[in-house]
Amino acid sequence: MTVTVERGTRAVGSHRRTGPRRSRPRESYALFLLPGILAFLVVIVVPFLMNTGVSFTEWQGVGTPKWTGLANYRELLDDSEFWASFRHSLFMVVAMAAIPTVLGLVLAAALFDYVAKHFGTRIATVLRACFYLPQVLPIAVAGIVWSWILAPDNGSLNALLKAIGLGSWQQDWLGDPDLALYSVMGVMVWVQLGFPLVVFMAGLQRVDPQLYEAAELDGAGWWRRFWHITLPQIRPEIYVVLTWCTIAALKVFGAVYVLTKGGPGGATDVPSYFSFTTFFEKTQVGYGAAISTVLTVIILVLSLVFLKLQTRTEDAEEGARAA
Amino acid sequence: MTAVRRYPVLVALCLAALFMVVPFLIVAVNAVKSPAEYSQHGPLSLPKGVYLDGLKDFWERVDYSQKLVNSVLISGSVAILAVILSVLNAYAIGIGRVRGRTWVLAFFVLANMLPQEALVYPIYYLSKQAGLYDTRLSVIIVFTVIQAAFGTYLLSSVLSRFPKEIIEAARIDGANKWQVLWRVVVPVSRPTLGVLLVFFFIWTWNEFLLPLVMLISNDNQTVSVALGVLQGQRLMDATMTNAAALLGVLPALVFFLVFQRTLTRGIAVGAVK
Repeated sequence: MTVTVERGTRAVGSHRRTGPRRSRPRESYALFLLPGILAFLVVIVVPFLMNTGVSFTEWQGVGTPKWTGLANYRELLDDSEFWASFRHSLFMVVAMAAIPTVLGLVLAAALFDYVAKHFGTRIATVLRACFYLPQVLPIAVAGIVWSWILAPDNGSLNALLKAIGLGSWQQDWLGDPDLALYSVMGVMVWVQLGFPLVVFMAGLQRVDPQLYEAAELDGAGWWRRFWHITLPQIRPEIYVVLTWCTIAALKVFGAVYVLTKGGPGGATDVPSYFSFTTFFEKTQVGYGAAISTVLTVIILVLSLVFLKLQTRTEDAEEGARAA
Repeated sequence: MTAVRRYPVLVALCLAALFMVVPFLIVAVNAVKSPAEYSQHGPLSLPKGVYLDGLKDFWERVDYSQKLVNSVLISGSVAILAVILSVLNAYAIGIGRVRGRTWVLAFFVLANMLPQEALVYPIYYLSKQAGLYDTRLSVIIVFTVIQAAFGTYLLSSVLSRFPKEIIEAARIDGANKWQVLWRVVVPVSRPTLGVLLVFFFIWTWNEFLLPLVMLISNDNQTVSVALGVLQGQRLMDATMTNAAALLGVLPALVFFLVFQRTLTRGIAVGAVK
């Protein structure tokens, strides 16, 4: 993502050098950065450094923090709650990144290829809007809606199962420790699906229709065209969606707070909720800071890896084109 | 493709779309049922009439008007301020090409990626020290910066492709950098700024963790926080839950209908940049 910007600037920069206005000091533009840099120092950099610093201490939020070095991190390694919360994070990545990306791809291709072509773009637009709707909903509200639908007594889902004669399938969807995580995952798929769908549909508009026509003439079926043309063509979008959704999955908080509060018995605890309760309910600020620092490191490393993968494929494609 | 094979795909897609909107429909249906009707017929029956007392009770009980005002005030201020901050940053990076811009940009991107969990306690602590805890201003300041991180990143890449001739022409006419920004760059980039404005507004409206921590008094809470806290306390009966859900859904639905084009186009712009 950054790389595209950098490339663009390099090209224009060299053009500019030949211009007549070379003498004007470009540094005076730096003044425009001043408010931004100051605001970022106060709101992001200082709090982040404080949080990292506090993670090496024992602190209840009042008084002077006591330096304990890596003690918090050593404690984390033996904390089964901590490991469980990160294991649940992996489930969230499946529910918020893997499943929505795959479903989004198939749905986007079907809407773009089938529905828009044979039934008109209007129907495709309306259907897309339906899929995207949950994305604009505050997560707290989505949580209220679903916790009521999934309620054990008189919840809509159980009522529906009973009405169609599947009464024995009724469950305490969010209250059963073996089921709660899967129920939350289901809700997150519902919440997240619209994002990849919309991005992929926009990406598909970039694809040269001649590619499809040529493949169709060669007798390639829908799935083959999907696999050999659609997927490679919108690879940039797939990377972006996977990056964003994975990060969003690691950060998930509101849904867990509203749906289950991490329960029952920690069955749906996730790192952000775990750090939240450690900060504000147990007031073990140092320990909470250590949890959130680990989360930060994981997110930053993942972002860098995705970015690297993305630029490498871009470079490879460019190289192939040049050759 | 034969018609025989075409329709099943459409039907399957329509069913899937229906599944996505069904939760909204059930909520709407049940929010207008009286408690008696609800307990008698359950959640799946159609309402016999429109019973609005549940909604009215809920509205008054949580002082929903105040929550809406807070949410609009916070999200609106953040949207405007964050766009201004993004424009200033992006002007220096994208058009001004300040030295070390790659690093500055990388810094904003990283700030955008940081989980709020790694900032929340110090922000809570510092705002208490500064006397800003439990004020709407504190939330406005924090989200202006957080949203501007994304805005700077997106706008820098848009502005780096800004036609140089236009700026050069304005400079030759004697405009200084400040005038070029407000009279040339901002008007020309208005579509992108509009998309950012809408996004910042909705994202801030939907934020949960930081407002939950920062806004504890009832008078300052946003819609999201008030509803989330109520739900978390598990004190609501079915009718009240539905009233809460419907009142929470409605503003989002309005934004969605008003901004649908901007939203879907904007996501596409944001994703490929």
